[in-house]
Amino acid sequence: MEYFELAIGCIFINNILLAQFLGNCPFLGTSKKMETAVGMSMAVVFVLVMAGIITWVVDTYLLKALGVEYLKTVSFILVIASLVQFVEMFLKKSIPALYAGLGIFLPLITTNCAVMGACLLNISKEYGFMKTLVSSFAYAIGFGLALILFAGVRERINLARVPKPLQDTSIALVTAGVIALTFMSFKGMV
Amino acid sequence: MAQSLAKEFTKGLWAEVPPFRLVLGLCPVLAVTTKVENGLGMGLATTFVLVFSNLLVSLLRNVIPSKVRIACYIVIIATFVTIVELGMQAFTYELFLKLGIFIPLIVVNCVVLGRAEAFASKNTPILSVADGLGIGIGFTLSLGALAAVRELLGAGTITIWNGATIFEMGASFQPFAFMVQAPGAFVALGLMLAGMNLIGSK
Repeated sequence: MEYFELAIGCIFINNILLAQFLGNCPFLGTSKKMETAVGMSMAVVFVLVMAGIITWVVDTYLLKALGVEYLKTVSFILVIASLVQFVEMFLKKSIPALYAGLGIFLPLITTNCAVMGACLLNISKEYGFMKTLVSSFAYAIGFGLALILFAGVRERINLARVPKPLQDTSIALVTAGVIALTFMSFKGMV
Repeated sequence: MAQSLAKEFTKGLWAEVPPFRLVLGLCPVLAVTTKVENGLGMGLATTFVLVFSNLLVSLLRNVIPSKVRIACYIVIIATFVTIVELGMQAFTYELFLKLGIFIPLIVVNCVVLGRAEAFASKNTPILSVADGLGIGIGFTLSLGALAAVRELLGAGTITIWNGATIFEMGASFQPFAFMVQAPGAFVALGLMLAGMNLIGSK
């Protein structure tokens, strides 16, 4: 039950995109088409769960054990960058079908602050291993949910006649605001 | 030389001002702009990292092999971010607490990596510093402007530094709390972008 509450909280109430403002660059960049949004979401789920586990292990058994927590930023970004590279090579060799789907989105994840941000949040809240696993997965699902919803709305907006100064990024941001407003209504649920 | 130096510096202030024109590095822009002091603090921290990472990348541009350049840039940036993190923890602890997770996240701010890759890796150190300074100040000013709009409408005040309020709405003003909450950030940024497009198109 505790894990269920945590998951609901991470998906809806503390949604990583709309409440914590992490990962907004890919949110706007890959949401023009449904196809790219789905690809990006899957890639994030894949990498975020692995990154969450590995950074937790690094933090607990390496940084804290040696008393060098101030190296967190440097070591986490290195872990994430090499993880992304490794996953890319692994998928290319062994699961070409999945690689074709995620392909171009994987390298982009290195600079996706949702991944790094979720890892840092887990550490700062001092979660244990299981909680880290659950919350990483839930954050990633929340990211995918918001991104796919947003892409759907954005595809419709492309058909509408938007005033010239508001076109493209500007109207997208206002739309994101409205979606964030709907997510706010989940507050107080858990 | 002096002319191109001025050009690289000023382009960051209007023509390529990061969150609006380049639409990069949005996460801190949206998250910390509930108060002007937070926005300015975040902007200055980013400027510091931007200037020094640009300088170092530019100095090492002939040494770094192009195949592993991104990894090298990230290590350089992460080093300066750690310096900022420790410095802020020592000297401006309250601000450090407010900005929280967004200080280490400067590492993955696409503006910083973007300037290293697009500018500093191809230009001389002096020009790169000018570019970093210009983009950094443009970033700081846009954060300040967005934060001013949000704080003024959402809380009715403008605080510049350490809680010093320089402007306060009259007692009859009803704060529009929407603006300092999450959805208000998106809407305010979207409308400011529309305003800039309107001015720019004339």
